[in-house]
Formats: sequence, C-alpha cells, structure tokens
Amino acid sequence: MQQLVLLGAESIAQGALDSGISGVYAYPGTPSTEITEYIQKSRLTKEKGIHSAWSANEKTAMEAALGMSYSGKRAIVCMKHVGLNVAADGFINAAITGCCGGLIVVVADDPSMHSSQNEQDSRFYADFALLPVLEPTNQQEAYDMVFAGFDLSEKFGLPVMMRITTRLSHSRASVTTRSMMDQNTLKLPEDPQQFILLPSIARKRYKRLLGIQADLAAESENSVFNQYFSGTDNSLGIITCGIAFNYLQENYPSGIPYHVLKISQYPAPLDQVRKLTENCNSILVLEEGYPLLEKGLKGLLNNTSIPIKGRLDGTVPRDGELTPDIVAIALGLEVNPGPDIPDFLASRPPSMCKGCGHIDTYLALIEALKPFGTGRTFSDIGCYTLGALPPFEAVNSCVDMGASITMAKGAADAGLVPSVAVIGDSTFTHSGMTGLLDAVNENSSITVIISDNETTGMTGGQTSSAFGRLENICLGLGVLPEHLRLIYPFKKNHDANVLTITEELNYSGVSVVISRRECIQTAVKHKKDQKS
Amino acid sequence: MKTDIILAGVGGQGILTIAAAIGFASLYEKKFVKQAEVHGMSQRGGAVQSHLRISDGPVSSDLIPLGHADLILSVEPMEALRYLPYLTRQGWVVTNSVPFENISDYPSINRIEQELKALPFSIWINADQIARDCQSPKSSNIVMLGAASAYLGLGFDSLRAGVEQVFKRKGSEITDANIRALEAGRNCSLKI
Repeated sequence: MQQLVLLGAESIAQGALDSGISGVYAYPGTPSTEITEYIQKSRLTKEKGIHSAWSANEKTAMEAALGMSYSGKRAIVCMKHVGLNVAADGFINAAITGCCGGLIVVVADDPSMHSSQNEQDSRFYADFALLPVLEPTNQQEAYDMVFAGFDLSEKFGLPVMMRITTRLSHSRASVTTRSMMDQNTLKLPEDPQQFILLPSIARKRYKRLLGIQADLAAESENSVFNQYFSGTDNSLGIITCGIAFNYLQENYPSGIPYHVLKISQYPAPLDQVRKLTENCNSILVLEEGYPLLEKGLKGLLNNTSIPIKGRLDGTVPRDGELTPDIVAIALGLEVNPGPDIPDFLASRPPSMCKGCGHIDTYLALIEALKPFGTGRTFSDIGCYTLGALPPFEAVNSCVDMGASITMAKGAADAGLVPSVAVIGDSTFTHSGMTGLLDAVNENSSITVIISDNETTGMTGGQTSSAFGRLENICLGLGVLPEHLRLIYPFKKNHDANVLTITEELNYSGVSVVISRRECIQTAVKHKKDQKS
Repeated sequence: MKTDIILAGVGGQGILTIAAAIGFASLYEKKFVKQAEVHGMSQRGGAVQSHLRISDGPVSSDLIPLGHADLILSVEPMEALRYLPYLTRQGWVVTNSVPFENISDYPSINRIEQELKALPFSIWINADQIARDCQSPKSSNIVMLGAASAYLGLGFDSLRAGVEQVFKRKGSEITDANIRALEAGRNCSLKI
C-alpha cells in the first residue's frame, strides 16, 4: 500500500498495473494520453513484460486488446471519445463475442471541447452496445474501479467501459494503492466458437448478451459506487453522474439538504431512481455530458408524474462541461464572481511553435496555390490544424482523422482541381492510408502534403507509426515514384519547395509531397536526452 | 483551513512545475490537495491555468468556484487579469511584470499594470530580472512561487522541500539554482 499523487488518467494506469494487466493498447488523444504514457514509464511494465507500445489507431488497439482477452489475459484499451468512433466496430462486436480475460475500454470524453472537434458522450455507445459503464467521481474511485471493472468483466465475460472526462483525467489528487495482483495465465476460450460471429452463432451470442442485462442491472443496484443519500428536504431529488457529484458537494459544504442519488455504475440502478422519484417532488439531473439519464427519465412523451429538470429544460446549459458555478445556478444558489475581466484583455489562442516545420510547409503551399485560388485545401487533426488560424488561414477543413485525403478526393471528383490534402505523418498511418488507396485506384487529381514531423506532436511527441516508412507506404499503395516528392521545410528552401509543390499541383493524378522536419518540441527533448 | 489558488501563464512557462512543487509541499504538511491542469492543444503557446486547492479536509470539486480563489499566481501580467472573476474580495494577485507577447494585439503593459495595481491586494515584480540576478535565469516561475509563498498557507520549509523534490532528478546544480530563485522571490515580496 502506497500513497501517490496522481492525475485521474494516471490513477487508472496505476490501477491497471496493480490489477494485473498484461497489456495496454492505445492511440494518443487528449485527454486519454497520460494513461498509456504512465504505464510506458512504469518500472513494472518492463519487469513484468506488459505490452504498452502505441497502436496505429484506436480500432487496431481495440482489436488487439480483444485478442489479449481471448488469450485469457487482462487488457485495457484507452482512447479519447472520438477515438471510440474509430474503434466502434470492434467495440460493439466485442459486446457480442464477449471476452475471456478482463477487458476494460477506457474512454476519455472532452465536454467543452478543450482539445476536440465535438463533445460526444461515450455512455451512449455503451448503452447502444449493452455494456456496463463505470464512471468515477474522483481519482481514488478511478483507481478502485479498475479492480472492480476487471472483476465485473470476468464475472460476465463482457468488456466494461470506463468513462472519464477531461477534468478528472487532468486533475491530480492523492490515491491510496493496493498490492499488485498477478497476471492471468494464458488460456484459450472454453467455447471455441465464442469469437466466431457468423450469423448463426452471433444470434446466440446476442441473446446471451440480452439475457444478462437484468444481472448487470442487479450489479448496479448493489454497486458500492452507486449511493443513495437521504435528505431532509423532499422538494427536490438530485441525480448526479460522475464528477457532477463533486460540484454538488462543493455547493453544500455543511451537507446537502436534498435526497441525492450518486450514479457511477450503469446500467442505471432503477430501483434507487424509483425510490428517489417516490420520495421527492421534483428531480434535477446533473450529468457531465449529454442528457442520457434525463432523456430516459422523461421518456418520449415527457409525461412524468413529477418535473424532471436538467439540460433539456435549460436548468443546466445544453452544451459544455459542468462547473461548480453552473451547478450552483441550477440549484438557485448565489454565485459571487470577483472583479470583471478588463475589456482590453486579448485572447491568446494556441499557435504553432516558433521554428515549427508546419509553418514553412504552409508558407510554401500558400504561395504555390496562388495561381489556383484558395478554398481547396483539406486538412486533418494535429498541430497543423492551427494553420487554419491567422496569419496563415491556409486550410479549409478539419473533420476527423484522415478526412483530408478523402475529402480532397471527393472534391476533385466534383471538379475542384487541384484539390490539396494536408495531413500529419501519424494521422496518415492512423487513417489516411486507405483514403490514399482510393485516390490511387481512380488516379484522382489530388496533391497530398504529408507534413512529417516524425512524431505524434499535438499530444506531446509520442512515437509515430509512420516513422521511417512513409515513402515505402506511399509507393506500396501505388503512388508513382516520380510523383512522390520529398521537401525539407526550412526558410532557405522556400523557393525550391514552392516549385516542387507547384509541379505537383499541375499534375493531374495523385501526388504526394512529404515535407519532413522534426517537431521542434521533440528535437529539444532529444537534445536534452543526448546531453544526460 | 483551505487555500484556493489559480496558477496562470502561457503554455510552456512552467506553471505545472509550480503546481507540482506546491503539491509536494502540501503533502509534507499532510494536507488534502486537488490540482486541475490543462494538457493538449492549449499548451501550444495558448493561455493555460491550473486550479490548485489545498485543505485540511477532503476537497470536493477539482475546479475552484468563481469568487473563491485566495490567490492568483501568474507568471505573465496579462494572464493574471484573465482569471479575476475567480478572486475573493480578500484575495491576492501576485504576478510577474514581464509580458509574453506572442499575439499581435497585446494590450499596453501600462494599462495592465494600472489595472493590477488598482486591486486591493497585489504584488507586481520583475521575476525575470530577479532570476537573472540570482544566476538562475530559467527559474522565473520559481521566483514567482517564492514571491507568493506568504499567501499559500504552507510553511516555507515545506515549500523548499517541494521545490527540491521537483528538481532532484535534474541534479544538484539545477536544484540549488531553483532554491536560490525561490528565496530571492520570497525576499523580494517581503520587501514590498
């Protein structure tokens, strides 16, 4: 037993190490990255031979974790909320196959979109897949839940989702750890057909999944993570999900007068929900995310016997993360902010670093595109997305991992020629390669700029699956060698780079221009490492 | 006893290092701590902040409610102003006076200084100069920690131990330089 100060993300990582995982699988994505990084840096990982290398994307991570579970061992797979979209095929079908060794799918949602393109709520995915969810309130619970999650997963032979949000993932607190469990031994599934989802078998597996829903509900009723607190005031009953409970407590330092149901394990404990509605004259639902429970409580016809308040009726804003102040206002409590922010204050958005290769890549591209006009550059997810902001305003899209190449192809199909895609090296191997294959198969008139900084930069410089392989991947996919160009984005090469890009913009067919320069942040780190 | 602190600055200025030192110091005093940080996209030269809550009892919310911060500790002058709505009436603002100008519409530094000095409790110091003067030019963040040390509700010895804990991996030379910075910051604010 030890006391450590850990981020929420790190609490999960420590919990996973202590509950005997044999592997973590993940692709970096804020706010989930620190889980895998912590495991990678742990002394135990090396000692115990725990798998921790980054996967090419969330789908490959999800499936590899399922394979580890097939073999009887415990695995976690970690991703940000939009990563679950990529892994969804594996995730949903893993509910049908079930698992053998414990399997926890950790998904870190990002309400308020601090570092994301949407704020989708992963609990809906679990609801859809008919899988249980654990949603910790604090760092200690996050740690403890990993143990509970593996027990639950192995008891029912089902993957378990653990859902956290940005504020818990990136907040530090003291965590008391337990002694470390041994890893499971290698063991084949008892039913050799369990993982073969041919329709005849899948139908049986699906009935099994449906059949254990009542047992999962019973688990939630008895879960230590779901708690009913009786109050003295019956006018209001409050349901909190995840960290909303903390904000509620914050507002009543000397005790909450109302009845409160704290939910941290799903499916929702309906007996306790019923008890709350029977004891109270109205209900307030505080959810960090979309109104999942609130919608369920209201039903399609919205004809409940008592009023249900929350995000749907405007008591709580429909979008964005919760804060102690938003919860205070929802409860009719007074909020007393300090002095106003002076009106002359300037905003300070994130920007590309001084000396970043993406900058010189954009400067060359902007100049090369002058004769063709703007509005034809599709971009992707990474630091280079910041090229959308002034002074560059160089790109016209950022949708999802890999969408630059495929959108450029579709635009070229529609007649927008040339169309340009700007994608990073890691994003390219995550989800760009298949789109490039589509373009090659039809010889679409697109110019793909792979802005290769030899790392996964935005999330802090993790290993890029593309490292040392980009040229061979492109050639292997069928890009013609004479239209696979390599440039080095430095000021001194500007004119030559403009010329190279111009030549490829004028070619009607698939071109790939690799613009290679190490990320300035990782370069500094490498220098420091060499020194020490 | 409870102290709520907003740490403010620009991505890369070292506020997470300050937070880590305070975190260790709080643990030495057996206090409860919660500290919310900003990771990811905003770290690239954007405005960043950390909510740090230290208490004798368990802390509920990871975020500080508006009007509750006892201290805004900023390593950049304009960033100190960004979080004023979090400040209590009796709260202190301790800020570095040296601007980090990575935007084209950075306001006049005189207006920022006026605004900060008009607050009832504020300290305005040139941490970069103090860091250079004590031969620890990269430690302006730790100078600021020293300058704010009287308002943290923590003993200075604990804080010194916290700084040592944070830097000990990097060797005694860097650790000593940061201890000098901590003490120089402390001395400077005591003189004000």
